[in-house]
Parts: sequence; C-alpha cells; structure tokens
Amino acid sequence: MKHIYDMLIIGGGPAGYTAALYAARAGLDVAVIERLSAGGQMALTGDIDNYPGFEEGIDGFTLGMKMQQSAERFGAKTEYTEVESVDFSEKIKKLETPNGTYLAKTVVIASGANPRELGIEGENLLIGRGVHYCAHCDGRFYKDKTVAVIGGGNSAAADALYLSRLAKKVYLIHRRDTLRAEKIYHEPLMKAENVEFLWNSTVSDFITDLKVTGAKIKSTATGKETEISCDGIFVSIGRKPATEFLKNSVSLDSNGYIVADESTKTNISGVYAVGDVRTKALRQVVTAAADGAVAVHYAEEYLAEN
Amino acid sequence: MSVISVNNSNFDSVKNSEKTVLLDFYADWCGPCRMVSPIVDEIASENPQYLVGKINVDDEPELAQAFGVATIPMLVVMKNGKIVNQSAGARPKPQILAMLEE
Repeated sequence: MKHIYDMLIIGGGPAGYTAALYAARAGLDVAVIERLSAGGQMALTGDIDNYPGFEEGIDGFTLGMKMQQSAERFGAKTEYTEVESVDFSEKIKKLETPNGTYLAKTVVIASGANPRELGIEGENLLIGRGVHYCAHCDGRFYKDKTVAVIGGGNSAAADALYLSRLAKKVYLIHRRDTLRAEKIYHEPLMKAENVEFLWNSTVSDFITDLKVTGAKIKSTATGKETEISCDGIFVSIGRKPATEFLKNSVSLDSNGYIVADESTKTNISGVYAVGDVRTKALRQVVTAAADGAVAVHYAEEYLAEN
Repeated sequence: MSVISVNNSNFDSVKNSEKTVLLDFYADWCGPCRMVSPIVDEIASENPQYLVGKINVDDEPELAQAFGVATIPMLVVMKNGKIVNQSAGARPKPQILAMLEE
C-alpha cells in the first residue's frame, strides 16, 4: 500500500513552506515537492525589505532557507522532484513525478510563476548570450557596457535603476508613454543621467552576432522601426503562472492563473491554490505566506469532514 | 568525489582530465547559484566517474571571460578538453545529469 499523505504541497516558495509550517504544526503528515531548491522566485531577489521582522532586510535565498527550516523543524518533509501531471478525479489525489506517483488527501498548489518571455524567435538560444531575465543575477557582467531593460512595471524600474549604477548606458524600453512602476522609482530613474527612455516602443527583433549586439525597436505609435546597439537585454515584462502541469484539473483564468478567492479554495474540494499562482490583487512574499496559512485552515476543516 | 575549486593555476589539469568534466560558474551573491550548488555537490559525490569543479566568477574573471560567461549559474560539460554542452541558469538534478550523459 502506497503512503497517503494528509497534505502534499507543490512548490517550495514562501506560500508552500508557510503552508508546510502550519500543516506540520497542526500535526498533519505533510511534504513539499520542489523541483530545485527552497525559495522560488524569492530566491532570485537580492534584498527583501518589505517582509516584516527583518529590520535590515534579508536576501531572498536566505529567507527561503529559513522558511524551509521553520517547516522542517515541525516535521515537514521535502521531496526533490517535479510534478508533471495531476489527477484530482478521486478523493485520494495523485501527483505524477519522475520519482513515481505521490498520493494525498489534500493538495496545496504553490507552483508560483516564471518570468514572461518576449516571444521573439530564437530568444531561448540567446539566454546566456545577451538575453537575461534576472538583472540582479547577471547585471555585473555588464559593467561599463550598454544594456536595454524592457518593461515598465516595478521590477523593470528596479532593474533599470540597479543596472544604471553598473552599466555605461541603460535604455528603458516601454510600450506605453509612462511607467506603471510605483512613484518611489520615478525620481531616481529620471535623475540617473545614463538612463534613456524609449517610450511607446517594443522590441521586434534581436540583432545578433553569436550574441546580442543590439535590438530592433518598433514604435507602438507609428509602427516605424529603428535600431539600437546594446550588449545585453534584460526582459522584465511580468510573469506567467506555472500551471501547465495542471491540464484538465482545476479551473484556470484566461491568463493561466488558478481561479481561487482569498479562501484559496479551488473548484475541487481538498485542493487549494496559494501565492503567485492564484488570481489575486497583490503578489508579494507576505501575501504568499498568508495564503499558505489560510489554505491549511480550510484543509483541516476538509480533513475533519472527509 | 568532492568538488574541486577551479582557478587559473589548476584549470589546465581539470580541462585535460580523462573524465567528463562538469564546471559550475557561480558567485556567492547569486540566489540561483546557491540553489544549484548543493545539487552540484550531490552529483559529485554520487558520480565518481565525473570530475566536478566550481569556478567563482568574482575570483576568476579571466576564466569566466574565456568561457563567455554572462549568466550565472552557468554549467559547462567538457570532454577531452572541449565544451560539449552548456546551459545558463539553475537546472534541476535530472537535467544536469542528462547534460553529462548526452
């Protein structure tokens, strides 16, 4: 007879490990299934200054490890493998992985999101050759060089600001005529002398010579194309939820996010969606963690009744 | 086997090893590098048929430049002194093992 967990959690970011902490403290038999390492997107972030309790900030990787250790302290386990498909059609839920099938009475989906790609042909082949999705990770290779940041939200603004301190010149390419980023970023960006804004513009193609040497820029107003020279391109145009493995199971919205309200309940009893993978207004570490606690509250109710 | 810390002075002996070589270019400040680091350690201890080395790009900028490293972590597989496979970004263990077995 295969082991049946009280709860399996897909993904080891802040939402997943908070659920694991609450579940383990409540005495549930719980494991987190994580493909790589604790932390999720948070581990790619340098300093996190808006998660309370760390008066000097904390780096995302360390916070991820702390959350994992907090959950493991109460007996939560971690299985390092990847969920490839799910079957929620029966009361005992099945998760398929390269390590075999995992069974559980309840499932918490905390699979998070990944950077959205531009969708230009050949983009994948240029990763590591001038196309980047993590300014904090790769920015230092562009000291005194020219880079382009694509996007207009908070992460694009933060990336442009970070890169402006390293690179010779930073283009900020945005398809609108104003930044969507919060006010806190506007003034320092406008003040940075080496940042040039290309408004109403999108990247239509890469210019390459084995690696990126520039980009073709298309005006969203006139459709006219121009070219810029740059050594690196940092793509920061938002995220896409990691829900491909959930085909034909829980309800997703048109953008691929799992439909669930603040109760984290999906359309399937005993299956919960927490953190960035869920439809929600604010995607932050602290709201992801909160989701994890809420999911366990409702899962305990479900387990008591079933 | 344990992981070798690769630098300019021992690089040639690593490169010319008779074993298939896995190189992990990393930096201490890089989150995804720290995610992949324990996986690389595991691969080294479980697979004595491979020679596994880590290269700190801050300490060894010349080696990083020679390999054209612009994204970390970068994983490089070498056979008989030649690059046969490489990938940028953190990868789960089965994918790294597949890179080595190709």
